[in-house]
Amino acid sequence: MKKAIVLGFEVPRGPDGVSIVALLQAIQDKYNYLPEKFLRRAAREMEVPLIDVYSVAKFYKSFSLVPEGRHQIVTCTGTACHVRGSEKITEEISRTLGVEVNSTSPDGEYSLKCVNCVGACASAPLVIVDGEYHGNMTPLKAGKLFAQGAKGKTAVS
Amino acid sequence: MVNMILNGLDISVEEGTTLLEAAKFYGIDIPTLCYDETLSPYGACRLCLVEVGEPGKAKLFSACTYPVREGLIVKTNTKRVIDARKMIIELYLASCPSSKKIQDLASEYGVTEVRFTPKNDECILCGLCVRVCEEQMQAKAIGFIDRGVNRYISTPFERQSEDCRLCGACMYICPVCQARCQGPREEETICNACLNISPPCLEKYDEAMCYMDPCVACELEKEPDE
Repeated sequence: MKKAIVLGFEVPRGPDGVSIVALLQAIQDKYNYLPEKFLRRAAREMEVPLIDVYSVAKFYKSFSLVPEGRHQIVTCTGTACHVRGSEKITEEISRTLGVEVNSTSPDGEYSLKCVNCVGACASAPLVIVDGEYHGNMTPLKAGKLFAQGAKGKTAVS
Repeated sequence: MVNMILNGLDISVEEGTTLLEAAKFYGIDIPTLCYDETLSPYGACRLCLVEVGEPGKAKLFSACTYPVREGLIVKTNTKRVIDARKMIIELYLASCPSSKKIQDLASEYGVTEVRFTPKNDECILCGLCVRVCEEQMQAKAIGFIDRGVNRYISTPFERQSEDCRLCGACMYICPVCQARCQGPREEETICNACLNISPPCLEKYDEAMCYMDPCVACELEKEPDE
């Protein structure tokens, strides 16, 4: 596949132009969110209307337009996880770390998100911390998972 | 030319037209909310549903996106089609009761009740404004944001767009921007004020005097010159 360099990122180029999703993923990976000025510059460099870039950025849940915490915590609220008590786990994490659901803690350390299914229902309920899957969670286990991190000594294991 | 059957009528239309355009050409009225002849068809409002296929095997398709084909059998006014349209109109009434176009359609199709909780949205997501901005105005200042039930129309970053020239085409083409007439049932979800009005000229002159649709009964208030 052909490649193009946009904003210093190497992104695949198809017959219809540069892949917007791939570029936004690269920006999101590097900065943890999509800064407005980057989106504006990306639209100019790719010669696509800004609204197209913005629509894509708003469409996918994995993109964020506000700065996210350094640690991404995702709890699954899909059917299997919900039945096995994901709500209590989310509450527990929220209380331990002092971060509201679907927001970032004031110190910019943690972001807590709820998603609908992560495709691992056999080990429900699930919590994903920085891309690492923790299955068969309980509120107690979840609390322990963050006990160290919350004190600021070490990052989440 | 393509030969097909429209409402039992043998017709021939140019290749590349859609069923909606063919029906229009032969004077058959199909209601639409998301269609404009200068814009690309979108198939969002589903009001232009027609039955396509052999009797018994016919399916409902949106006429605005269905290209004509040799030997098609199309019916635009069967009970199934009308029932589907009535249902869609009822849903639109619930989501957008402030629109004149939707209220007019409700009266035209005899939709007299709304069984859903009114949402009082201001948009039916027909996409006309997005298309007119892109295709006619070459601006691309607005677009669909978010997805699913949260979908709405906005500018980038929800702020005044640099691409927008304030031409107003989006408002001009919007089917729900025009507020409903202030009839006797202004507060209710459904107006129906112009439902089943027989043209007053019939009683007065024993003949329908004009082909205005809807009937401009108000004009008759004026005293005719005698």
